[in-house]
Amino acid sequence: MALIYDALVQSAQLALVLALAPLLTGYIRKIKAQLLRRRGPPLLQPYRDLLKLIRKEAVLAENASWIFRSAPYLIFATTLTAAALVPTFATGLVFSSAADLIAIVALLGTARFALALAGLDVGTSFGGIGASREMMIASLAEPAMLMIVFTLSLLAGSTQLSSVAAFVQGPEIGLRVSLAMALVALVIVAIAENARIPVDNPATHLELTMVHEAMILEYSGRHLAVIEMAASLKLLLYFSLIGCMFTPWGLATAGAGFVAYAIGAVSYVAKLAAGGFLLAVFETATAKMRVFRVSDFLGAALMLGLLGALLLFVSQSA
Amino acid sequence: MALTVLLSCVAVLLGTSALAVAGARRSVTTVFVYSVALLVGAAALAAAGAFLVTIAESAETMKLPIGLPWLGAHFRLDALSALFLVVINLGSFTSSLYGLGYGRHEPSPGRVLPFFPAFLAGMNLVVLADDAFTFLLTWEFMSLTSWALVMAHHREHDNAKAAYIYLVMASFGTLALLLAFGLLAGPDGGYAFDAMRSAAPSPGLSAAVLALVLIGAGSKAGLVPLHVWLPLAHPAAPSHVSALMSGVMTKVAVYGFVRIVFDLLGPPQWWWGAVVLMLGGISAVLGVLYALMQHDLKRLLAYHTVENIGIIFIGLGLALAFQGNAMRTAAALALTAALFHVFNHSVFKSLLFFGAGAVLGATGERDMERLGGLIHRMPLTAIAFLAGSTAISALPPFNGFVSEWLTFQAILLSPQLPQWLLKFLVPAVGAMLALSAALAAGCFVKAFGATFLGRARSSVTQSAQETDAYSLAAMFILVLLCLIAGILPGYFIDALAPVTRQLLDAQLPLQAQLKWLTIVPIAADRSSYNGLLLFVLVATAGWFGAYVIHRWASHALRRSAAWDCGFPDASPATQYTAGSFAQPIRRVFGTLVFRAREQVYMPAPGQTQPAQFHLSMRDLVWDYLYAPVEGVVGFVADHLNKVQSWTIRAYLSLVFSSVVLLLMVLAVWH
Repeated sequence: MALIYDALVQSAQLALVLALAPLLTGYIRKIKAQLLRRRGPPLLQPYRDLLKLIRKEAVLAENASWIFRSAPYLIFATTLTAAALVPTFATGLVFSSAADLIAIVALLGTARFALALAGLDVGTSFGGIGASREMMIASLAEPAMLMIVFTLSLLAGSTQLSSVAAFVQGPEIGLRVSLAMALVALVIVAIAENARIPVDNPATHLELTMVHEAMILEYSGRHLAVIEMAASLKLLLYFSLIGCMFTPWGLATAGAGFVAYAIGAVSYVAKLAAGGFLLAVFETATAKMRVFRVSDFLGAALMLGLLGALLLFVSQSA
Repeated sequence: MALTVLLSCVAVLLGTSALAVAGARRSVTTVFVYSVALLVGAAALAAAGAFLVTIAESAETMKLPIGLPWLGAHFRLDALSALFLVVINLGSFTSSLYGLGYGRHEPSPGRVLPFFPAFLAGMNLVVLADDAFTFLLTWEFMSLTSWALVMAHHREHDNAKAAYIYLVMASFGTLALLLAFGLLAGPDGGYAFDAMRSAAPSPGLSAAVLALVLIGAGSKAGLVPLHVWLPLAHPAAPSHVSALMSGVMTKVAVYGFVRIVFDLLGPPQWWWGAVVLMLGGISAVLGVLYALMQHDLKRLLAYHTVENIGIIFIGLGLALAFQGNAMRTAAALALTAALFHVFNHSVFKSLLFFGAGAVLGATGERDMERLGGLIHRMPLTAIAFLAGSTAISALPPFNGFVSEWLTFQAILLSPQLPQWLLKFLVPAVGAMLALSAALAAGCFVKAFGATFLGRARSSVTQSAQETDAYSLAAMFILVLLCLIAGILPGYFIDALAPVTRQLLDAQLPLQAQLKWLTIVPIAADRSSYNGLLLFVLVATAGWFGAYVIHRWASHALRRSAAWDCGFPDASPATQYTAGSFAQPIRRVFGTLVFRAREQVYMPAPGQTQPAQFHLSMRDLVWDYLYAPVEGVVGFVADHLNKVQSWTIRAYLSLVFSSVVLLLMVLAVWH
């Protein structure tokens, strides 16, 4: 009985992230439009786009292989699994023992691997440019992310997200320099990983500095819909991650009642709204970087993460 | 019992080798040699595996009356050697299976067949040896047989040079090991390992032994800066031998290091760990950066061996640091991670070399700049190579991720280490490990993408056909192992427990009984990983996505020319190559590490010369470490050359004065 209840809560989380992901994308677009004094598309536009895409015919390049056709599903599956494992409204879900933070980062790595291969599959110059730059960005963003994981798990004594959230909620946390460094680094990594300004531009298809959009340039129809959904999920995942690790207030613990879960869900949506607003303001206020400046930007994140971890190594004596 | 079986296996291999010399000209010899090696590999694998899983607590020993008359040849089978025997014989089983198909196209079988079983026998014997003489003899035997295999295609460009550098480095390494054993044996000459175990060397002596072992075993394993021979020699051999050298022989070197440092040398000091960690971290990052700069598929794989050896030595260094501070469980975790990676790397590196061999056999080409689009012509090889690429890039749900995950968990235990040097070093090494994992993923996107995806870059791929059934069987056995070890790592970790018990007197908690086959190295609220559940979740999510699309989406599908932003170019030359794929990474990391310099010459408007692009890169390790040594040796040799044309009187006086000098030294000594 308890297992069924746990499974229900886990499914609720799964449904929540699936339902909210396009809405978050639409919300950020709306805010960005309004900051530019445009009216902007309606909030539900991403859902309509997805529906329209899956009803359209898919066009495949002549020499696209099975990698190109199956990559969207693999990307979607790994991203959804990772998103389902990050606590949104409650910690200690039934599957949370399957993967800790390191495994979640690696799952996103699998998705990126598949996407980069799909970019190379057709053999066009744009696909190659995107894949090559994506892997360059990842080669700095992934170690930076792992250094952030190190910092948090050294503090909390655990790489499980639930334990980290419980520690940050707890009394012995205090204000710590390492945590601040990790937060800044995580924000930089999140911006880079989700192809946002200033690293990449999610709104353009015809710019030579593009990364993510270049890799998916050949996709159309239902395949594109699956990839767009996965991209929205990934953005949501990073918001959940920041929310769970740095602002875990309102998170329900495992086995709490319905009311606690409802509070958790409301506070989660509030966090998403606040985070999305900040991202939109930041993106509007920033200019896109040259691609070879990105390494400096991400190098800063890596250094911050390393410094944060190092401070903890030094301050924790036996 | 198991030891007898294993030694008989070795005897059969040596006999096969002798027969192969006799019958090298007949075509049936190829089938005979690889079939015998296959069966012997299976028998030895079964014997060693059964020993490791069931009765690993007690060691079996045997003394044969061969070798030095007063010493004999000691052999011993314990948990550590059983583990490495499993790795060796798994490699020999699969590469013999692969050889059954691949070996048929061998242009000069007489240069491969006699040495192949001898090489396998040599590796088995090193791991079984229980005295310094047998160890060194079989170690050198292993080196020489593998050198002969590197020389198999000696007329090809650069192979003879690669083999020469290999021979020099191997001799140098054996010399270092010889001196290490000399120090361990002491003045009484206790060459049996038992005598060395019971002796207690002084701190200075153990430091010297550690340095010598790092040189001796490290040069064979490919630790930076002793790696220079490896990317030259491993690709030069036939592909199934490359797989053995890269996947298995480097593990024999790791065995040598573990046997001497963890077993014979007595309780470790913490700073040993610091030294090993530093070398491991540098090898991991430099290995993968070198690999990214390559466009020869087999050389890229060989450089990745350097990276993975670095990861293994990071685990070993952590184990030494923990053990030096009497943190036994943490040491057991780090050692388990290292040994698990030993197994994993041998599996996926053999797989990748088999795949590269299949590509080489089908196209005759190793240069990725001339390949491309092979996924259409060799679909099964592409699947196998893709699985190997995913595993080596440490991506779940494959096995490479699990061992790196365990290494990260060990790193996260290290703030409790009291020494300041380690407190600074360990997080830096952790960052290097993370960096190398991320770069490895980039490198294998490049390797797989340039070889199998996109459009063909030259005509060599046009006649390519799927490789033979034996090769495919060998590859898919390894694919399956990559997946099983990634999904059910608990069983593999439990199989390593006897080894950590033997070396460290500690082990990880048993994993296989845990609920849902989760692995929990320390405590459930600290960290856990469940490959099986993760695999099921990803599969279910993928199925769910595909189902929804299948159910509600349009089924219409049209093939058309690539879109490419409206300007598709018919020429395959416009697509990304291996070199252009690595360019951003080269620009970020290579300007410092390789002094990479790019020069672009653009003709002025109106002029008709072609634009030019020059790239220069330097190998700093070679330029600053090996080139000076080479220079000194050359200088000395040039000047000693004059001795050759001396008169007989001059020779006689030289001999006389040397004798007088030596007698004087002796007189002063006493």
